[in-house]
Amino acid sequence: MDSHRGLPLIGMEPSAFFLPRESLDALFDAIRGQGYARVLGPMERNGAITYTAITAASELPRGLRDRQGPGHYRLEPGSGERCFSWANGPQALKPLTFAPRETLWRCALDDSGRLTFLDTDAVPERTAVIGVRACDLAAMRIQEQHFLKPPHPDAHFAARRERLFLVAVHCSHPADTCFCASTGDGPRAETGHDLAMSELDYGFILTAGTDRGQAVLAELRLAPAAPDDRAQADAEIEKAARAQTRGLPSRDLKEALYARLEHPHWDQVGRRCLSCGNCTAVCPTCFCHAEMDEPALAGDSSEHLRQWDSCFTAVHSYMGHFLVREETRLRYRQWLTHKLASWHEQYGRSGCVGCGRCIAWCPVGIDITAEVSALLESGDAQS
Amino acid sequence: MPVQGYNQTDALERLNERENSRPRIAVHKFSSCDGCQLAFINAGEALLDLAQQVDIVHFAEAGPMDPEAAVDIAFVEGSISTPDEALRIGQVRANSRFLVSLGACATSGGLQALRNFNADGARGWTSATYAQPEFIDSLDTATPVAEHVRVDLELWGCPVNARQVFQAIRQLLFGVAPVVDRDKLCVECKRQQHVCVLVAKGEPCMGPVTHTGCGALCPAFGRDCYACFGPAENPNTAALARRFEGLGLLPEAVARRFHFINSHAPAFRTEWLAWKERS
Repeated sequence: MDSHRGLPLIGMEPSAFFLPRESLDALFDAIRGQGYARVLGPMERNGAITYTAITAASELPRGLRDRQGPGHYRLEPGSGERCFSWANGPQALKPLTFAPRETLWRCALDDSGRLTFLDTDAVPERTAVIGVRACDLAAMRIQEQHFLKPPHPDAHFAARRERLFLVAVHCSHPADTCFCASTGDGPRAETGHDLAMSELDYGFILTAGTDRGQAVLAELRLAPAAPDDRAQADAEIEKAARAQTRGLPSRDLKEALYARLEHPHWDQVGRRCLSCGNCTAVCPTCFCHAEMDEPALAGDSSEHLRQWDSCFTAVHSYMGHFLVREETRLRYRQWLTHKLASWHEQYGRSGCVGCGRCIAWCPVGIDITAEVSALLESGDAQS
Repeated sequence: MPVQGYNQTDALERLNERENSRPRIAVHKFSSCDGCQLAFINAGEALLDLAQQVDIVHFAEAGPMDPEAAVDIAFVEGSISTPDEALRIGQVRANSRFLVSLGACATSGGLQALRNFNADGARGWTSATYAQPEFIDSLDTATPVAEHVRVDLELWGCPVNARQVFQAIRQLLFGVAPVVDRDKLCVECKRQQHVCVLVAKGEPCMGPVTHTGCGALCPAFGRDCYACFGPAENPNTAALARRFEGLGLLPEAVARRFHFINSHAPAFRTEWLAWKERS
C-alpha cells in the first residue's frame, strides 16, 4: 500500500502557529500544493452544512449558525466573521471513506464462455477536508478498526482513507444535540487529523498532527501563536464541553443493557420508531452494508455492489426464509445494544462518539440519550 | 385463484410446443395513464438489448399487437376499473406463465382508486365532468390486479423505474425469483446524501413509510416524497402521521398525505381513515 497518509507526530507538544483570517486562502493553496487538488469544505447546501468542493475561503459559511434538536435542524444567519460557528450537519467523513454505493468487482463471460473476474480499477482522488470535527475523527478511528482489520483489510476503504488530508476544527459551538464530552470524543480534536485549527475572531491557531500537516505549516511560514490567543482558544473548547446538556453514562453499558433485553421500554420506542434507518445512515460509526449483484440485461456480465444497509431494514435480519427482527422494537434494540453494548466486545469501546446526528436527523426525534436514561432508570425490571 | 372460462394449461402447452424457444413477453394495458409503458419504452438501448433476449409479442404502446398470445412473462399496467377489464384480466392470467403488476395502478389501484371511498363510485365525478356520462361504463371500484387474479411479482411506482423492471426480467431469464427492495425511501435518500426535507425544512415527507425504488427523486430536488411507490415493508404510518401533526398539519391535511396515488393500499387506507375521522 503506498503511503499517502501522514505519519502522526507522537511525544511532542505540537507547535502552534497563527494564521490571520485574510490568509485562509493561502492555507487552501498550500494544501493543494501538497497534491490535494480536490478540497472539500463546509458549505450551505439545501438548508444544511455539507462538505462540498470549495475553491476559496469566501465560500465558507461566514456567520452562519445552526439550531438543532430532536428531529430538527435549521441554519440561521448570524453576525461576525467566523466560519465554523456551527455543529456538524448530516454527514462528514463517512461517505468519503465508506462509500454509500460502490462496485467491488465485475465478472464477464469471455469468448470461450468462461467467467473472468475483474477488479474495479478506480483510484480515488486525493482529497482534503477542511473543518472536520473531533467526533468524526473519533468515528473514523472506529471505522478504521472495522474496515482495516488484518488479515483482510478492505482495499476500497483503505485507498480512500490513505488519500485523505484532514484539517480539523476544534468545536466551539456545540448543538443542543451534541454530547461528545460525555463519550470522551470531543470537542477538542485529539487524533487522526493532519492539521487542527482553532478559530478566533481575527484568525486561526494551527497545529500539525502529522508530518504531512507539518509540511503545509512549513510552507505557510507562520508566526507562533501568542499565549493569550492560545488561552482564548482553549477556553472556548472548554466552554463548548460545558455547554453540552445531553450525555451518555461514561461506563460500559453492556451488562446494564443485556439485563434489560425484555424491558417494556423497547415496545414503547418501537411504537415511535419509523424503522427508516436515518439514524444508522447519519451515524459516523455505523458500518453495516449489503452486497448484491447487478447482471447486465444481456446476461454476459455482472457487477458486484456494496451499499449502505441498516439494522432497521427487514432484509438485514433475513436468515434462511425468516426474519430475525420483524418487529420494530427488535430492530431498535439491535441497533442500541450493538452500538452501546456488544460494540465493546468487538472494538473495545462504545460505538457512540456523541455527535448527536441520530437525534437531530431522526424524523420523529427519538433521542438515544433519553432512551438509555429511560431504560436504566427503571432498574432491571423484566416485566 | 380459479380463472373462469380460461384454461391456463392450454396456454402453457402452446408455449411449450413453440418452435422458437426464446421467452415471450407481453405488456397489457388496463385503466392507467400509460406512464409505466412509457417507462419501458424510454429505457432506450436497454429495450434493444431486451429485444435480443426475448420476443415482445404484445405491447400496444410500442407496436406489437397480439393480446391473446400465450407468454412467459405478462406485464400488466393499470387497475381493474371496468366490467370488461374484470373479464380480460382472467384471460391474461390464463395466458401467462409469470404475471407482473407494473406500477401503482396495477399494484394498488392507483389514483383512480380514490373512487373506492365514494358511496357512488365514480358516478358523481363522471356526471360532473362529461356531457354524456352514460357512455362511461365503469365499475364502482378501481382495484389492484391481485384482487382478481394471482400476481407473481409486484413492481410499484407511479411510474415504475425502468431499471427495476429490467432487473426483474433479467432475474426471470436466469430462472431465479426476482428480489424487490422494499426498504424505506430514506435508506436510498441518505445513500445519495440529500438533505432531509422533513428535518431541515419541516416538510411532511412520506419517505419514512414509502417503498424505495424511485431513486429518491423528489428529495433530490428539495421536495417531500408523496409516496408514489406505495407503502414500504413495516411502515409505521401512525408515528409519521403524529409527526406531521407536530409539524403543524391539521388532521385533514395529515389524512390527505395517505389519500393519493396509493390510497387503496391497506397501510395508507387505515391511516387515512383514522385521521379522516378526526378532521
